[in-house]
Amino acid sequence: MRIVRGVLGVVGELLVTAGVVVLLFVAWQVGYSSLIEGREQADVAAQLQEELAKGTTTLPQLPEGPQLPGGPLVPGAVPSLDDGAVIAIIRIPRFGPDWARPVYEGISLGVLAKGPGHYPRTSLPGQIGNMAIAGHRTTHGHPFFDIDALAAGDVIVIETRSSYAVYRVARSTIVRPSQSEVVAPVPEKIGAKPTESWLTLTSCHPKFSAAQRYIVFAKLDRLVPRTAGLPPELAAAPAAPAGAAASPAAAIADPTTWPVTSSVLGGA
Amino acid sequence: MYAALWRVLPGTRWVKAFWALVLFLVVVAILFTWVFPAIAPLLPFDRVTIDGAFAPAIGEALGV
Repeated sequence: MRIVRGVLGVVGELLVTAGVVVLLFVAWQVGYSSLIEGREQADVAAQLQEELAKGTTTLPQLPEGPQLPGGPLVPGAVPSLDDGAVIAIIRIPRFGPDWARPVYEGISLGVLAKGPGHYPRTSLPGQIGNMAIAGHRTTHGHPFFDIDALAAGDVIVIETRSSYAVYRVARSTIVRPSQSEVVAPVPEKIGAKPTESWLTLTSCHPKFSAAQRYIVFAKLDRLVPRTAGLPPELAAAPAAPAGAAASPAAAIADPTTWPVTSSVLGGA
Repeated sequence: MYAALWRVLPGTRWVKAFWALVLFLVVVAILFTWVFPAIAPLLPFDRVTIDGAFAPAIGEALGV
């Protein structure tokens, strides 16, 4: 009897311990880790903006858009970008006046842990077609935590080395993870020939779940060259928030590994 | 299990409590630093991408 009670006691303590570890994991994932990673991502974006302002940017030169339908979409015009490289900055005033995050090339878990990721071989900012970007909603700095707050007309700006691509949210939807038509060149129309420039954001839904995906479609409003100055939609947001200098340079990879290598589109 | 640990810890009740807290924080630090980052990618909490073959790139859609 004494032995049984002793064994039961140890089992009970182990179960309680397991429960505490699970709670700690939740606290780590949504609190500690996300807070730190979210700050790191904001710092990277701030540093990129500062370098853009100073003219020392290492962002890749993306092809100038929009590339008109039937127009100059010559092979090689769309670069293949290095996986994990920073390619742009995403700014969403709805998430905060100076909210900005880096956009990386690629959608592997490793890349998305650093920040929003561009689906390879989807369009680039301002181009005809559909630029698709995935971002975490509850973990890894949860850049798209408030994705369900985006309403029709909200502005999403993709800032590149040379321009601001100003998109306006058209609609949002919730789909199964397998519904790849949302990232088709014409959103939700597989095989259709694109004539417009769209941006698609994908994140998880519901929060803390892998069951579905929350999708936001935004249409290009206009493409503004950087020389024309900050789009008025972003005017309230400082170009380079204070404190940017303190951002960890190590978070940005060696610039020499970022070159844009041209390759024949579709040949990859 | 924890009763045995409590007996092994040295000192008065408050000293024991102090060392118990230190041990707990060490375990938390190990979990936060190494264990949780290692297992997080294996758990399906926050999958954000569309699966499967991606839609054809724009060049293919335009027939380039």
